[in-house]
Amino acid sequence: MKFFVCIKQVPDTETKIKIGSDTQSIDTTGIKWVMNPYDEYAVEESVKLRDSNPGSQVWVLSVGPKKRTVETLRTALAMGADEAIAVDAPENLDPYQTAKALAAVIQQEGGAKVIFTGKLAIDDNASCVSQMTAEFLKVPHTTVVSKFSLSAENILVERDVEGGAKEVVQMLAPAVVAANKGLNMPRYASLPGIMKAKKKVIKELDFAGLNTGASAKTKVLSLELPPEKPPVKMLQGDSSAQVSALVKALRDEAKVL
Amino acid sequence: MGKVLVFVESSNGKIKRSAQELLTAAKKSGQSVTALVGGSQAQQLATECAQFGAQEVFVVKDSQFDQYNPELFTEMMSQAVAEIKPTVILASSSSLGKDLFPRVAAHLNTGVLSDCTELNLQGDDVTVKRPVYSGKAMAKMGFENSSVKIVLMRPNQLPIEAPQTSATAATKELSVKKTDLKTLIKEVVKGTSEKLDLTEANIIVSGGRGLKEAANFKLLNELADALGATVGASRAVVDAGWVSHGMQVGQTGKTVAPTLYIAVGISGAIQHLAGMSGAKVIVAINNDPNAPIFQKATYGIVGDLFDVVPKLTEEFKKALHH
Repeated sequence: MKFFVCIKQVPDTETKIKIGSDTQSIDTTGIKWVMNPYDEYAVEESVKLRDSNPGSQVWVLSVGPKKRTVETLRTALAMGADEAIAVDAPENLDPYQTAKALAAVIQQEGGAKVIFTGKLAIDDNASCVSQMTAEFLKVPHTTVVSKFSLSAENILVERDVEGGAKEVVQMLAPAVVAANKGLNMPRYASLPGIMKAKKKVIKELDFAGLNTGASAKTKVLSLELPPEKPPVKMLQGDSSAQVSALVKALRDEAKVL
Repeated sequence: MGKVLVFVESSNGKIKRSAQELLTAAKKSGQSVTALVGGSQAQQLATECAQFGAQEVFVVKDSQFDQYNPELFTEMMSQAVAEIKPTVILASSSSLGKDLFPRVAAHLNTGVLSDCTELNLQGDDVTVKRPVYSGKAMAKMGFENSSVKIVLMRPNQLPIEAPQTSATAATKELSVKKTDLKTLIKEVVKGTSEKLDLTEANIIVSGGRGLKEAANFKLLNELADALGATVGASRAVVDAGWVSHGMQVGQTGKTVAPTLYIAVGISGAIQHLAGMSGAKVIVAINNDPNAPIFQKATYGIVGDLFDVVPKLTEEFKKALHH
């Protein structure tokens, strides 16, 4: 039994974002890169699942510029994944192209029982690739998953929706499961894990060589920094004065009451 | 001249505010506007769609569509697109919208842009703005190679107009059949809150570590009740187990865009700011004048929240009763 995990390397939340000279992408100098936080839940869940299903394997897969996919795949191997595949691709693929590539590789490798992803990548914020990959593989999907179990051919998950409600969803395997926070506590890579991961061979493929024929469906026209906020107005006086000044400002100045 | 299809979500027998916003935007664009609404109440909802600008409403009168199922809804959209032949689809970037439309886009081999905060809809020319890199940049985006341009708008981003009570629309029935489903919704476990979800709320009151313990969220609940607000929380207090993860605002939580966001006892870690910087007006209440939250705030109060918040609750009650 094989489990696939699709992961992406993204700028760390704490990293300062600067717009590149082309105005369509970010300036990557000095950026600290990390595994997309939601993908960590996906890796953790697949490793746990592998451990409770002897003989099964976790394959991690990443599409993007080679240096970055390889780096983040090593992290996943250090967390316990068995095999890794890097698909070298330009920086600016859109979700449609990425999902085409993921589906092509998964198919080429003989498919999987469960395909785990994060619910979204915190860089492009699209939350599209998981569902698109499922569609291209003709398998069901559930996103925003905070509970997972597998029994024979049935996948049972809980999906977080509005108002704190949860949908309990049963899918016939194989299926795509997009992880939310709450699914588990991702482990830190152990030192022996890191040493072992360094020695593993990462299979390398090339996006063009997959011949998906997929052209981008969306494009970034320009990036801009969010408008500067005017400086904060601090409300003075004792708490009663501050409170009445605030309510007055919200009603008469900001007009939000 | 384009044709805009608005996917309408409803709750409690009413179309959602987000759907009213989308219909209004579609109508203002001067293109022909078709609404699609499913579920056992579809017929009644069609009237409301017309009042907000739909000239034509496709109804799927089938109780199967009372509950979201990705496979069923993908089939519905696929049939609707074949029948209606829209050039643009507008839907809400809700739990449902964000799950469904990427799949629909892949199915139709077309493009989708989610979580949009600005919409520019002029004929076939559709561009949007959407936050990327945790709100640290805004991307202006457009489509290419797309037969239908699918835009998912965040709630509370577009204006609505008063409904035209005399407006009517031609109603057409769509029958959607799909067998051999591989996805089954076994149960929906209701949340504890009756209030609007954080992602839809117009006013949010959020609490952090400054509240000192879980029981003190009572102060925020009272403040929220006075304002008709939804209560949120910082990651620190979610991780401490004071409140459920569904209440978390920020990275690994929810991204919110209310008109008014009141942050109480929240220092403003970058992960939190990432989730709430889309709020129009931000009020910060904190005892530390150097808390980073004040750099993002519109109005700030440095003070003891246990003194300030109850007074604020009373002041809001007075202000909103007159």
